[in-house]
Amino acid sequence: MSNWKTICPLEDIPKLGSRVVRQLTGGDIAIFRTAENEVFALHDKCPHKGGPLSQGLVHGKRVTCPLHAWNIELESGEAIAPDQGHCGTFIAKVENGMVLLAL
Amino acid sequence: MKKQKLVLIGNGMAGVRTLEELLKLAPDAYEITVFGSEPYGNYNRILLSPVLAGEMSVPEIMLNDLEWYKNNGITLHAGKQVTKVDRVRKLVTTDDGTQVNYDRLLIATGSTPFIPPIPGRDLPGVLGYRDIADTEAMINAAENYKHAVVIGAGLLGLEAANGLMLRGMNVTIIHLGDWIMERQLDKTAADMLQVSLEARGMKFLLSKNTEALQASPNGRVSSVRLKDGIEIPSDLVVVAAGIRPNYALAESAGLYCGSGRVRGIHVSDTLQTVTDPSIYAVGECVVHRGTAYGLVAPLFEQAKVCANHLARFGIAQYKGSVTSTKLKVTGIDVFSAGDFGSSEDTEDIVLFDRQGGRYKRIVLRQNRVVGAVLYGDTTDGSWLFQLLKDGQDISEIRDQLLFGSSFGSSHLGDAGHTGENRASTMPDTAEVCGCNGVCKGTIVKSIKENGLFTIDEVKKHTKAASSCGSCTGLVEQILASTIGGAYTPASKDSKPMCGCTDFSHKVIRQAITEQHLTTKEAVFEFLEWHTPNGCDKCRPAINYYLISSFPHEAKDDPQSRFINERAHANIQKDGTFSVVPRMWGGLTTPSELRAIADAAEKYDVPTVKVTGGQRIDLLGIRKENLPGIWADLNAAGMVSGHAYGKSIRTVKTCVGAEHCRFGTQHSMDTGIQLEKMLFDMYAPHKVKLAVSGCPRNCAESGIKDVGIIGVESGFELYIGGNGGIKTEVAQFLCKVTTNEEVKEYTGAFLQLYREEGWYLERTSHYLERVGMSYIKTHILEDSEGRKALYERLLDSLRDARDPWEAMRDAQPVKQFIPIAVEA
Ligand code: SRM
Ligand SMILES: Cc1cc2nc3c(=O)[nH]c(=O)nc-3n(C[C@H](O)[C@H](O)[C@H](O)COP(=O)(O)OP(=O)(O)OC[C@H]3O[C@@H](n4cnc5c(N)ncnc54)[C@H](O)[C@@H]3O)c2cc1C
Ligand code: SF4
Ligand code: FES
Repeated sequence: MSNWKTICPLEDIPKLGSRVVRQLTGGDIAIFRTAENEVFALHDKCPHKGGPLSQGLVHGKRVTCPLHAWNIELESGEAIAPDQGHCGTFIAKVENGMVLLAL
Repeated sequence: MKKQKLVLIGNGMAGVRTLEELLKLAPDAYEITVFGSEPYGNYNRILLSPVLAGEMSVPEIMLNDLEWYKNNGITLHAGKQVTKVDRVRKLVTTDDGTQVNYDRLLIATGSTPFIPPIPGRDLPGVLGYRDIADTEAMINAAENYKHAVVIGAGLLGLEAANGLMLRGMNVTIIHLGDWIMERQLDKTAADMLQVSLEARGMKFLLSKNTEALQASPNGRVSSVRLKDGIEIPSDLVVVAAGIRPNYALAESAGLYCGSGRVRGIHVSDTLQTVTDPSIYAVGECVVHRGTAYGLVAPLFEQAKVCANHLARFGIAQYKGSVTSTKLKVTGIDVFSAGDFGSSEDTEDIVLFDRQGGRYKRIVLRQNRVVGAVLYGDTTDGSWLFQLLKDGQDISEIRDQLLFGSSFGSSHLGDAGHTGENRASTMPDTAEVCGCNGVCKGTIVKSIKENGLFTIDEVKKHTKAASSCGSCTGLVEQILASTIGGAYTPASKDSKPMCGCTDFSHKVIRQAITEQHLTTKEAVFEFLEWHTPNGCDKCRPAINYYLISSFPHEAKDDPQSRFINERAHANIQKDGTFSVVPRMWGGLTTPSELRAIADAAEKYDVPTVKVTGGQRIDLLGIRKENLPGIWADLNAAGMVSGHAYGKSIRTVKTCVGAEHCRFGTQHSMDTGIQLEKMLFDMYAPHKVKLAVSGCPRNCAESGIKDVGIIGVESGFELYIGGNGGIKTEVAQFLCKVTTNEEVKEYTGAFLQLYREEGWYLERTSHYLERVGMSYIKTHILEDSEGRKALYERLLDSLRDARDPWEAMRDAQPVKQFIPIAVEA
């Protein structure tokens, strides 16, 4: 089973914003918070040219990459047509006001 | 809740377009059933002409195949004709007895070719030109017979004649009017067109009336007899004498269809039939405000409005359309739009080169384009049509109008190399969009395969023109040359801001100020946004509109800003950031330079560069180091250069009268004063100024949003210059004498732009939209107004602060620091 890590209080991620989680190995993870207080986690690496998705603009359940404006689905990590690509996803949840990430 | 039932009668271009728009807005609102008397999915009727000409095939012109109906849960009855609508039982019945109930009914039965009551019109071999069956019958006749007559030299008649001729027939065109296409062209253009069609082998008989169609012994049509006795052999007669709205079914159901000359299903501005509010109608079968349209562009506008009401948004209104036409005969370019009959209050600008085969006539009324006819070179068709639709005052570009968009400052797209009509001559492999590497062939293919009609659709499907936008004009030309007359550029005022709304920047700005909306949530609610929290296009725009309209009231929303403005630094391709401290007027000091050098060493800055804006850029800084480096730079007295923002960037200066032997004014001093005045100013787009000390203009004032040039007696002010994607020379505004006046006039102009500019519109585009005379009225002629604008600018900047300092005070810089986890 996966190993739940406590990341931070939900308040530490702005609504429609994100935080970067830095792992010792395996690259950065971007954690996003939607307007409905759901959290999602993706590899912080855009499938286009590796842009940091954590720095993008969050809307609905999507993030727009800051470099060339690809839109990525937060839930599935899929790029929205006409772009094609996939970004690795992680499982995240909120419990008692804390954000947890399965690593 | 049970879904309501929507039934569409008429599986053609307008009806199905309405369904497409509806599915975008409210995909699950209805259970949809479609009846079409033709046995196919929905196809692009316009392209029947290239099919007849042998340039395309039927499968290529399908817009929605049967699969599309299935995927969207639509029941299609192809090949069934609706014969009865029972409004009391809300029930439609077809020729084969199929019955379906409706809650709402949409009628889009198109039109039928008008065949005048001449003897012999029912003979085999006589047909109209409307659908696939007609086209196939014509192709068939061309294989078996020699002689064809086309009655009517309108758009449709000429395209039919051209196709038949290309298929080897001997074609004569009989026309009642004095010149061909008399409803679309003036006589000069028509004569030129006739000459070139004759050169291809078509024969014309003008001002002729058909008396009868005669049959051969086998019963097929064999000749056409004219009133003056002439007889023309003919095994095929195509009657293209006009179309009539197809309203018979609607009328039999008791819907009001007018009387006298304008017959058709009468609808209101919501596309509801005037008789029955549960029945809507769109397309050629409709009469709206006394007009029936026969081209797709207006029908698509109707479709959009109708879908809005079917989706119960209830806000859109259709107010009628201006149309333009283009003849789709390969190798011949004719374009016309608007009203081009001469009258007492109109003037003509004409270019006529008979030998060179070029004719251009632009009709003006009160300094606005009201009509245009182009022959030979139609490159500027879309541009002129745009001017016409926007009702733009052309007094300032009048002397350039004839030479087109590429000559003057104005043009089709938002920016870039529109130039000559490169679209049609470009090879398929030529790269059109330099940002996304999209070639012409890819665009053309996508337009055809996906049935695209608008620039936005092309952007979405191909990515062309979706980045820097400099190729927008070119993509527009490709679109226009691929789909012909079906293309109409949207009026700039009415283009929706983005996919989240149907409203334009103009309407949204207005709503914000008039309704005093101060949060994005209020805007989304009031204007019924389609998405819960907007997208990357609308959120930044709305955030700007809110804070610029209510400077001390609306709260800035960092999550609606692009990362650069959130992190107060410019993001780089590798995810690092750059730091550009402000150097007022391009001046610095040894201690500032020392502090920059120290910071660069302390934070291991890999690249230190002098920018094109007269300051120093520290590139390649990791996000977590930004707060630290800025704490150091702030401590040394430096503030943000906003090199990342839609905001005041730089005020470039030359050395000026302070040192230069030619200097007439103290340009460095004026520049520093301006930059200090404008510090922290956000705007629709970035804003750059320059001050030069004399007309040698070493600070390049001629390509700045506001450029100032010192002369012996004062300062000349220029506005709307741009050195970027589309280089634009700034236009002279006025001359003033003191520094104080420079600040007042500059400030007032920039405030006007801040209050009226649309997000991402540079001053050059804003100026192009509103016109120089508008600016002069507000800034030069109305001194009260100017002072008030200036006051409002100073007021909104009254507590300007360095963003880093403000951020440190207000909130922790937590967002900059990654959260570390092991494993
Ligand atoms: C750093 C600098 C290049 C340099 O090394 O000299 C620069 C760098 C960028 N420019 Fe520029 N521009 C720089 C001077 C200019 C100039 C010249 C000037 O300011 O005198 C121009 C033409 C003048 C003008 O704007 O009219 C210029 C016209 C553009 C444009 C086109 C704007 C337009 O409306 O046509 C863009 C694209 C945009 O803003 O949308 C752009 C966008 C950019 C961006 C911000 C692209 C981006 O969004 O990431 C570049 C950031 C590079 C990076 O990785 O940090 N840059 N850019 C210059 C910074 C000046 C400064 O001190 O602030
Ligand atoms: C050859 C040709 C070239 C053209 N070129 C251009 C051009 O370059 N630019 C331009 O803008 N326009 C052009 N047009 C015009 C354009 O095609 C029409 O404006 C457009 O198709 C009208 O759309 P509509 O939905 O109103 O009608 P249609 O597309 O005709 O659709 C109506 C449909 O309803 C069906 N129908 C009718 N009655 C019933 C019934 N009782 N039950 C079931 N089904 C029924 C018909 O069979 C038809 O399929 C051209 C037209 C033709 C024929
Ligand atoms: S700095 Fe400017 S010109 Fe150079 S690559 Fe970047 S955007 Fe293009
Ligand atoms: S790297 Fe994300 S869009 Fe290019």
